[in-house]
Amino acid sequence: MGTYVPNTKDEQLRMLKEIGLDSMDQLFEAIPKEVKLGSPLDIPKGMSEMEVSSKMKKIAGKNKVYETIFRGCGAYRHYIPAIVKQVTSKEEFMTAYTPYQAEISQGILQSIFEYQTMICELTGMQVSNASVYDGASAAAEAVIMSKERKRKKALVSASVNPMIIETITTYISGTDMELELIPVKDGLTDLESLKNKLDVNTSCVLIQQPNYYGLLEDGDAIGSILADTDIKYIMSCNPISLGVLKTPAEYGADIAVGEGQPLGLGLSFGGPYLGFMATTEKLMRRLPGRIVGETKDSQGRRAYVLTLQAREQHIRREKASSNICSNQALCAMTAAVYLAAMGREGIRQAATLSMSKAHYLAERLCEIDGYDLVYEGEFFNEFVTTVNADVDVVLKALSKHGILGGYPLEGSDRRQLLWCATELNTKEEIDSMIQILNGVSG
Amino acid sequence: MKLIFEKGNKNRGLDLMPECDVPIRQVATGYERKKELNLPHLSETEISRHYTKLAKRTFGVNNGFYPLGSCTMKYNPKINNEMAGLPGFSDVHPLQPIDTVQGCLEVYRLAEKYLTKITGMDAIDFQPAAGAHGEFTGLKLIWAYHQDRNDSRRDKIIVPDSAHGTNPASASMAGFTVINVPSTEDGFVDVKALREVVGDDTAGFMLTNPNTIGLFEEHILEITSIIHEAGGLNYYDGANLNAIMGVARPGDMGFDVVHLNLHKTFSTPHGGGGPGSGPVGCKDILVKYLPSARIIDIDGRLSFEDKNEKSIGRVKDFYGNFLVVVRALTYMMTLGSEGLKDASENAVLNANYMLHKLKDTFEVPFGNGRCMHEFVISLEGLKKEKSVSALDFAKALLDRGMHPPTMYFPLIVHEALMVEPTETETKETLDEAIELFKDLYNKACNDPDAMHNSPTSTPIGRPDEVMAARNPILRYKF
Repeated sequence: MGTYVPNTKDEQLRMLKEIGLDSMDQLFEAIPKEVKLGSPLDIPKGMSEMEVSSKMKKIAGKNKVYETIFRGCGAYRHYIPAIVKQVTSKEEFMTAYTPYQAEISQGILQSIFEYQTMICELTGMQVSNASVYDGASAAAEAVIMSKERKRKKALVSASVNPMIIETITTYISGTDMELELIPVKDGLTDLESLKNKLDVNTSCVLIQQPNYYGLLEDGDAIGSILADTDIKYIMSCNPISLGVLKTPAEYGADIAVGEGQPLGLGLSFGGPYLGFMATTEKLMRRLPGRIVGETKDSQGRRAYVLTLQAREQHIRREKASSNICSNQALCAMTAAVYLAAMGREGIRQAATLSMSKAHYLAERLCEIDGYDLVYEGEFFNEFVTTVNADVDVVLKALSKHGILGGYPLEGSDRRQLLWCATELNTKEEIDSMIQILNGVSG
Repeated sequence: MKLIFEKGNKNRGLDLMPECDVPIRQVATGYERKKELNLPHLSETEISRHYTKLAKRTFGVNNGFYPLGSCTMKYNPKINNEMAGLPGFSDVHPLQPIDTVQGCLEVYRLAEKYLTKITGMDAIDFQPAAGAHGEFTGLKLIWAYHQDRNDSRRDKIIVPDSAHGTNPASASMAGFTVINVPSTEDGFVDVKALREVVGDDTAGFMLTNPNTIGLFEEHILEITSIIHEAGGLNYYDGANLNAIMGVARPGDMGFDVVHLNLHKTFSTPHGGGGPGSGPVGCKDILVKYLPSARIIDIDGRLSFEDKNEKSIGRVKDFYGNFLVVVRALTYMMTLGSEGLKDASENAVLNANYMLHKLKDTFEVPFGNGRCMHEFVISLEGLKKEKSVSALDFAKALLDRGMHPPTMYFPLIVHEALMVEPTETETKETLDEAIELFKDLYNKACNDPDAMHNSPTSTPIGRPDEVMAARNPILRYKF
């Protein structure tokens, strides 16, 4: 059995004796007999590190690691600079708790302050929090943040990733908020319908940019519709795209959220990822979660602390703006190290490469009979095509060659795939996939 | 020290991206970013040194004793991280075909098996990303249960006054009204008061057990039956599960739903504030409301069942903080049945040992000299007589290289310091900490002013928190 208890049996007995006890069992006298376990836990015996390692490796070996991925849909494989993992694996960062004791936590606090600055820069917004769980919970928190005494209806575009919509729905169910979907027309948020749905109860409009189908929404038009209203404009965005695409702030958004996973975090079967949230100074005190601020110490030196805590659960209890306590601090640091390593040029390059490869991929796919772009709009690095056979047949053919093809969209009669490309996909990979697809037919 | 933005040179940077091997596509007019993006311009050397410097200004479990009560800052075994780093786990897309992620499903399934046995629950859902997220999820299950029985007037969640702040915050976020119930003079839930507040509007009751004073609720069965008899459900906050693994189970105490903190009890690193993992466990009656689709095994092939139509719906994207679950599973497999019990026994032994050695010096308002895995001391006397507060004491500990205990919690103890040594500390470390505590106590009596000025040896002195909140500076201005 493996153990991390350092004290020997001898030491344990000595300690028991000092307390005035003879056995470990006596330590648990306060637990009523009726609830004590009569037998050992019905789980396997412990193992040595070597055995565990070999068992876990076997389990990991049952997963397939694709050489080539053309699938995104909320999780993106980008290149992760070597420095990122080295830095974030430092024991101090890994094993520290939430930085309650500022004097010995300046490292974590400063890294969060730097992260907040980078998120503000990416999104163009004025204030960022220290992170929330992921892109979906960030969107849900933003919707809740927009609520006002007389405004309780959230309008969410149906072109937002369904997982995000479902998460928002769960978050507000049972509360006095309601969610209404804005229908989609030609893959984009239907602006006429949006206008018709706005009323005095509307608290926010949430869109995703680029949207679920990879298309660029007319963020300006939505910005003008919402300008001079009290309705909060929430935009969920892909952080890498912001290296080249118009920022939420430039669209006039009040709250920017998104999934930070593309910023140096692995695919990891869906987590841990990173939810980022940024807003205007005006809404700063409604932002949920930890926020780090700059101040001075007793000697007048620059220092960082957790601040605006009057919003938070440990102070406000049932009146807090959110219940969030632990967030994704190490993931936020990962994003910060990633952005520091990439720099402005690196992010621009990653964004431009991803977009260029996606457009090349789209062009090449459309050369195949039966493959067409489903929507005409501008896109970033994801797009939807029809396929000329059942999606399973297509995807299996690709899988055999170590390629994870596009994501089969639900409700498309198994004839549509949502494709994605990033800087990691080479021209050679794309060309050889086209060859494989040419050999598949329905 | 300098911020990362105050270093470097604007023509500096790493060469990470290749030349574009396909025609370059520019953003269409009207969609381009206008505002210049300010990010650091550094060489790799500078980045490496910047973060090394930040690491030196950070205190982790690897740096020293961390008896932060309620947070279970045990050692984070390295093998767990190594396993989480296996490409077979870390480089798997969440939307891969089911036959290519059999290993990931096996991780979830195995972890569920272990945790159901440890807690006495029937199912575990790993979607919640942290403890508070688990609370929210668990409370939504309770909400769904009552709705489903057309018993929707049940809108009250009862919470003891000693509860973590997340409990009432989660209840209110889930749409409930919070009713506080007081503690007795002995630090237990006031059963009489509880009887008075339950009724046909009671949706449920949230409890940490051992409670936040570090005591096992002696009337636990009576408490949970009071709630059940009133038609409510019992929620177990797993923050203190480290005291009772292999000894007692929430499922046998009358709890219907629990959340666990894998980043506390199951040794996964806390990362300076996350990522954690807050899986929710529940009894059969609540399984159909869980956020995730259940994993089933058909002739050795694992797959997701269709999600129950009564599910509360997902609380995050994909399946949860998977790599955190990989670490926790590695830990549970390593320790196994006897090892987990051994961990709890030693956690309780270490806490009692420290308490025993400190109780004559410090005021310990509850427990009569005994505790479970943590205990709370009060510096109310010192504060009154010498004006040395719990904060002063904590700050003085910083100068001696120790992470202080949790301060000012639970709220029912004045000038509280909550000490949780955990099982992974040696007797030598405990002895040193005991001496240190006593030494500082004497210092507080003899030279209180010095305590007010501490810390002096840390990278910064006490920060001005009021100034930070009054004039918020929340980002660097370029």
